This record gives sequence, C-alpha cells and structure tokens, in this order.
Amino acid sequence: MTPQEICQRLTDAGLQVTFQETPPEPCLEITSESLQEAAQLLKSNADLAFDSLLCLSALERPEFLETVYHLFSFKHRHHITLKVRCPKDDAVIPTVSEIWPTANWHEREAYDLIGIRYDGHPDLRRILLSEDWEGHPLRKDYQPPAFYHGIPLTTQLLTPGDEGN
Amino acid sequence: MKETKELNIPLGPDPEKLLKLDLSHNPFGERMTLQMGPQHPATHGVLRLELQTDGEIVTQITPYIGYLHRCFEKIAESVSYPQVIPYVDRMDYLSSMNMSLGYALNVEKLMGIQVNERIQTIRVLVCEMNRIASHCVAIATYGLDIGAWTPLLFLFQEREHILDLFEELCGGRLLFNYIRIGGLSHDIPPGWTDKVLQFCDYMIPKIPELNELLSFNKIFIERTANVGVMSSKLAIAYGITGPNLRATGVDYDMRRDEPYSGYQNYQFKPAIGRGEQGQPGDCWDRYIVRVREIEESLKIMKQAIARLPEGDVKEQMPKNFNKMPIGDSFVRTEAPRGELGIYLVSDGTKKPYRVKARSGAYCSISALPAFATGCLIADLVAIVASIDIVLGEVDR
Amino acid sequence: MNLEFLSQIPLLLTIVYCVAVVAFVFLFVLFSNWLERKISAHIQDRLGPMETGGWHGWSQAIADALKLLFKEDIIPAAADNKLFRLAPYLVFVGSLAGFAVLPFGAQLIGSDLNIGMYYVIAISSLVVIGILMAGWASNNKWALYGAMRAAAQMVSYEVPVALSLLVPVIMSGTMSMQEIVHNQEGYFWNWYVFRMFPFSFVAFIIYFWASLAEVNRNPFDLPEAESELVAGYFTEYSGMRFAIFFLAEYGNMFVVSAIAATVFLGGWQAPFPFLKFIPGAVWFIGKAMSLVFVQMWLRWTLPRLRVDQLMHVCWKIFLPFSFANLMLVGLWAVLWGK
Repeated sequence: MTPQEICQRLTDAGLQVTFQETPPEPCLEITSESLQEAAQLLKSNADLAFDSLLCLSALERPEFLETVYHLFSFKHRHHITLKVRCPKDDAVIPTVSEIWPTANWHEREAYDLIGIRYDGHPDLRRILLSEDWEGHPLRKDYQPPAFYHGIPLTTQLLTPGDEGN
Repeated sequence: MKETKELNIPLGPDPEKLLKLDLSHNPFGERMTLQMGPQHPATHGVLRLELQTDGEIVTQITPYIGYLHRCFEKIAESVSYPQVIPYVDRMDYLSSMNMSLGYALNVEKLMGIQVNERIQTIRVLVCEMNRIASHCVAIATYGLDIGAWTPLLFLFQEREHILDLFEELCGGRLLFNYIRIGGLSHDIPPGWTDKVLQFCDYMIPKIPELNELLSFNKIFIERTANVGVMSSKLAIAYGITGPNLRATGVDYDMRRDEPYSGYQNYQFKPAIGRGEQGQPGDCWDRYIVRVREIEESLKIMKQAIARLPEGDVKEQMPKNFNKMPIGDSFVRTEAPRGELGIYLVSDGTKKPYRVKARSGAYCSISALPAFATGCLIADLVAIVASIDIVLGEVDR
Repeated sequence: MNLEFLSQIPLLLTIVYCVAVVAFVFLFVLFSNWLERKISAHIQDRLGPMETGGWHGWSQAIADALKLLFKEDIIPAAADNKLFRLAPYLVFVGSLAGFAVLPFGAQLIGSDLNIGMYYVIAISSLVVIGILMAGWASNNKWALYGAMRAAAQMVSYEVPVALSLLVPVIMSGTMSMQEIVHNQEGYFWNWYVFRMFPFSFVAFIIYFWASLAEVNRNPFDLPEAESELVAGYFTEYSGMRFAIFFLAEYGNMFVVSAIAATVFLGGWQAPFPFLKFIPGAVWFIGKAMSLVFVQMWLRWTLPRLRVDQLMHVCWKIFLPFSFANLMLVGLWAVLWGK
C-alpha cells in the first residue's frame, strides 16, 4: 500500500492526518490527540497490519519537538513514516508502548535525551543517563553541567589557543 | 486457588514436560535481589541486570543499560557528515563495516548518490567478512558462557584470519573507517581477493568441525534447546530483527527482501530456526542460525569476488557537504546483530541535524524481561549470550 | 644412607611421611597446573606457556605460585573474618587428609587403616563444610550461590561414589586399601575393573564421573562456574588464600584419581609380573596421573551442565545404576564367590 492510500485510510477513519511530500520519502503528520487511535488502526487493520515499529526517534526542531515513527508490516512488506509534533513548553505525546512493546525503551530514550514525556508510558525513567542527571542532552540549547557528583565534565572542546590552560 | 506460573525449565527435549512451579508463596524466606553486572563475566560488556531470585529461579529481570553511553548522537550533531563515520564504527565494534555501511547508505540516499558496481561489490564483500568475524565472536562467547572453553579459541583463530585480511585492506583490525560516503577509502590491494578466496576454502570445512565440537554436543543441546523460547509474535512486537528474528521462524532477511548495495545479485538462503532440537526460537536455534549464516556469508563472498567489476572507488565521493539537501531519511541494513536503522535529519548545513541509530541489540535486550523471566540463573546466562548483544551498540 | 632407624621412632616416621606428602602435594599441584595449561593449550591449538624457565615454560607454575604469594591479601570489610580465614584451611585439610590412606607402594602408606575406604568416603565430606564456610563468610551473593551449589552437588554425588566404591569392597571382602591392592596381584586382568565383568567396570565408570562432580571439575564445575557465578565460592578470595583453594582442588583431583587407581586399577601393582622391578609408586602415580589427564581432557572439551540436569544425572541415572550394580555384585559374590 502506498503512503497516499494509508493516509486516505486514516482520514476516512476521522483522524487528523496530513500527507507530507518530504524528500526523499513522504510521511504522514498526525496530531498528538489522534496518535493512539491511528496507531491502533494501523496495527489492527488487516490491510495495513503494521506489526512492527522499526524506529522511534525524537528530535528538536527550532519551533517544536517532534517524534518520528517508522512502521513496517511483515505481512504486506510496506513502510510508513508518522510524525507527531508537540510544543516545547508542554512536551507531551501519548505513548504507543501498549501497541508496540518495542516503543517502551525507545520512548524512554527519547524522554531521556530530548525530554518528551510520553503520556501513559508504564515506566518512564531515564535509560541511558543516570537517574539523577539534569537536563536533556539532545536539546540544542543544552549546556552540560560543569560537575557531576564532584567529577569534572570536560565536555568543552579545546580550541588550539586553550591548550595551555 | 494458588497462582501457578509456567516456568521455562524443560527437563528434556519434550516441550510438554515444562515444570510447573508454584511462585505465589515462598516458604523458605524472602526473594533475593541479585545484581548481575555491571562487572560480570557473562554480560558481554557493561550491562547490569537486576534480578529477583527465588533460589536459582529468576522471578524478575530489570535490565539497566547506559554504562557504555558515549554520546554518539550528540557528537554526531557537532561534526561534519564524513566525520561521523569513525563514531558509527564504534557503535557495534565487532561489525564496524556493517555500521559504517548503514550510515554511508543513508547519507547517499539523502544526497541522491548511486555508487558504482565496484563500490557496491566491495562493500558487500567486506560486510560479509565482518559478519563472519562478528558471528565467530558471538558463537565463541556463547560456548564460553555455557562452559565450553575450546570453541572460543578455535573461533577467535578463524576471526584472526579475517582481521589480518582487513588489516591488509585498510590498516584497521577492529575499527576500519573504510566505507566512506559515496565510496571507499582505498581500492582493494592487488592479490587480496585471492587471499579472501583462500580464506573461504579454509573456512568452509571448519563449520562441520565446529558442529562436531559444540553444536551437536549432547550437553550443549541440553543446555540450550527449549531454553529462552521466543515466539515470532513476541519478536516482532519487540522489534527484534536479524538472526534472533529468523531463529523464531520468520523468514525475513533485509539482504534478500529489501536489498541494498546490490544484494539482489547474490544467491543465498537466509538461515531459519526450525526448532530442530527443541522449539523454534530457543537458544539453540539462535545459535545455529548464526552458524549457518557464516556458511551463507561465505557463499556471498565467493560470488562477490567472482563478479567484482572494474571501476573507481573514489570518483563518486562528494567533496563538499555544504549544500546538503534538506530532508530526513531512514535506512535499514542487515547488521549481524539485527537491523541497523539510522534516521538522519539534514538541515542543509555540513553537520547532521540529528542522527538516531536504532540497533538490533537494543531491541533484543529490551525484550529480555518478556521472554526470560522464570528461567534459572544458568539459563539466563545462556539466553543473554544467545541474543548476542554488544553493549557498544546498545548504549551508543 | 641407612634410614632403618626411622622405623624405630613411629612419631618421627609419621612426621617425615607427613612432610613428604605435603611436599608431594605441592609438587603435584605445580606440575599438574603446568600440565593443565599445556594440555588445554594443545587441545585449543596453541602453545601455552613457552617462555618462563626455558623449556616449554616449565617454571610457569612456580612463577604463578610466587605471584600469588606476593599478592595483597584482601578480606572484604563485610566478611565474617574468622570463618573467612578458616575456610581455605578446612578445604585443604579435607583434601590432604585423604592422602593418609593412599597406598603409594607396598610399604609406602601413611596408615593402612582396616577401614581405609570408609575413612576416605568420610573425610572427603569435610571439603563441603569448608566450601560452605567460604561461601557464607564471604558475604557475597555469588559466593553463596556457589557454596549452596557445591553443598547440594557434593552431598548428592557422595552417594553414587560410595555405592560404586562398595563394589570392590565386596569383591575383596576388606576395606583396607593395601589388602584391596594385594588382592589384585598378577596380570592386569586381575584388576578389579576387569573382574566380574561388566559390573565392576560399570562401577568404575560411575565412580569416575561422580568423582568429577565431587571435585567440581567440568562438566560438573557448577560451584565455580565462572560465566555464571563469577568464581563461585572463592569469588572474594585472593592471593595465598585463593592459592590454598587451588591447592585443595588439585589435591582432590589426585585423591579421587588415586582412589580409582587403587581400588579398580590395581594400585601400585604392575600390569605384568615381569615389570615388577619398576617401583610400585611409579605405577601408582602413573595410573593416577593418567586419570587426572582424562579429567583435564574432559574439562577442555565439554560444556557445563545446569543445576537441575546435574541433579537429574545423579539421582536418576547414577544412583539407580550403582544400586542395581551393587546388588548384582552382591548376588554374584553369594552365588559364585569372589
């Protein structure tokens, strides 16, 4: 099934989906309110049967935060990319970890590094960083702390002039 | 009614004979919390598994990862596109070639580069060699975790031959930085392909030898068959890919079903787990799938050398990354530990805007509590080894 | 030198013998450690130690022993200090005490007890207490697991060991080690392993496998399974205390092999009477060493069993077979004599 047809299916079900012709692959933009319903439909519908969530990536755009879902169906061997936006000051997106268990750890990672909270996630803890870490390092405005439990963090790259200091 | 839980402790090859243990009460005292790792010989790196144990039975598993987190995704945002490759190499340090191939293909897709046949063929060749080297380590350490020392040394010896060939090819033995965006760092040296062919002829009889020593050893089968059974449904739900997925009986291989880098030109048959010694998707199947993949890789290597076309491996390498097309792409490749998916976002500058790597081992380890709970401690060691994780890839 | 006067002073003789045995154990451990490295190396297609001392790294084990001597002796802060210190000696004593009744030659025996066999079976249980003590005192969960596994395993495997050792006892009608050896005089087919075929042979096989479990050797090395339990009951031990465990383990290997050689393979008897000019001790140590070699060979070939499989093998295979074997041997002895 082509992305246009999948988009048509979702809009037929009354979901707010827009088709985006982004190079090199098209994607579907979904509002966060209709994400869970869309995910449910994408997984359970026999024609769609997206049984596998390949990748869940979170990223920070200049104006908003975004989560990207790459779905794949082992049955029909087709792909689709979903994108969900959320504002930076209220970074909440509903979880899909109930629908695709693999999202569990990917959402934890996205929470850890970008700071999107996944509403309804059963165990939203930091995963790669230690539990008392502050901040979300993959934000563009992230400033690493100078010390962590008394350990100096030399994350500042030295420029040739700094070597003597 | 007492709650009974079906435990995964087979007492023989018959799956009907699963031991039913009552876990609702514990007459002998409390459960013990056991920290397996981060310094433990069988965790293949720095993984910590927090176990709740009832005697030798593991009743709860909580994996903790991140001890090997090297901020790959953050660093990738601050270096230019070609400079990311050495960092990608360090993700799964046992199969660097496959890692850099995934990244290079992704950037090429964004830039619209279609590399020539020679580059494609050499990439397939080196990736399959690296896959053999990686599977050698996987099988060897699996034997070691079961208590068999000797296969470890045997297989590291075979791997050594591959590393010698790689050293001659690009100077590196573990991390290569060989596959570049739009090309390769060098063409292959003269006479190298003959040595690779020699290696193939040397390696093919080694597989039956390994089977005699380890694969069909009665104790090894007893330890691995019917242990840690993963259903194909669970594997797909948890995004498990690669050999672990094929071991559950799902006939899906990226190289055949969604070919990249010219894999459609090669004749090979992905190994599938059929539950020969127990049930499909048990530890033995995951093991034997890797052994058979070595054989398939050897076939691909021979075919790659036979069809190696002429060409320039450097002509298509882009000189300038200042005018990257804006967009994002997701490319999957079949790495030895499951699919490597790289999601790359470009904002038009010479540095990637966002790189996200989805590694096979990350998904495999996330499924561990789902299918390994209720096993014995010794089984857990076998299961962790059988899903073949490299923590460098998990933590990135 | 005339050593006749020694026999006049029983205490002195005992002391000399004790020193000789301890010296033998140390030498044996050094040698078999080197041997195990070489055997494992050659099984694994490599060379093993080649540098230390010159010829095939012959002094590698000595260098190792020196290293262990000079290592820092670490006792964990949370460990039970007294038990932690005591445990290795208990294990070592348990293994060393077995040497008292090993007949190295016609005259060369610490004490020819009339219940020698009984003594051996009894004293080998002492090791379990030491191991349990080590695991408990370390205050380490892995060590505790190792100790518990060791206790379960060694106590279980005592039973088939004892039952299969009773077969030669029935055949010879005595528990004295020397008399058992004397009863196997003559050609090698007089050895108990070849008499009352196949019952005695089955007993020998069961004894050998069960004794592997007794001394925690692969494929029954669960108490110290390094890939599962880090190092089992001696996880927290370092330096010389670890070395004592090591000594005890190798000492035990020799003891169980020597008992097998004594009761099944004719002890210090030569296989052919015309070879009697070779001293008995040579035959005895040679037979024991060849069994030690088989133990090493198995270790570097086979994977390890799991706990439930180990118990399965013991209680459901070895035990019924050794029982049936014992009964049939008894029947044979009653019906046709020894």
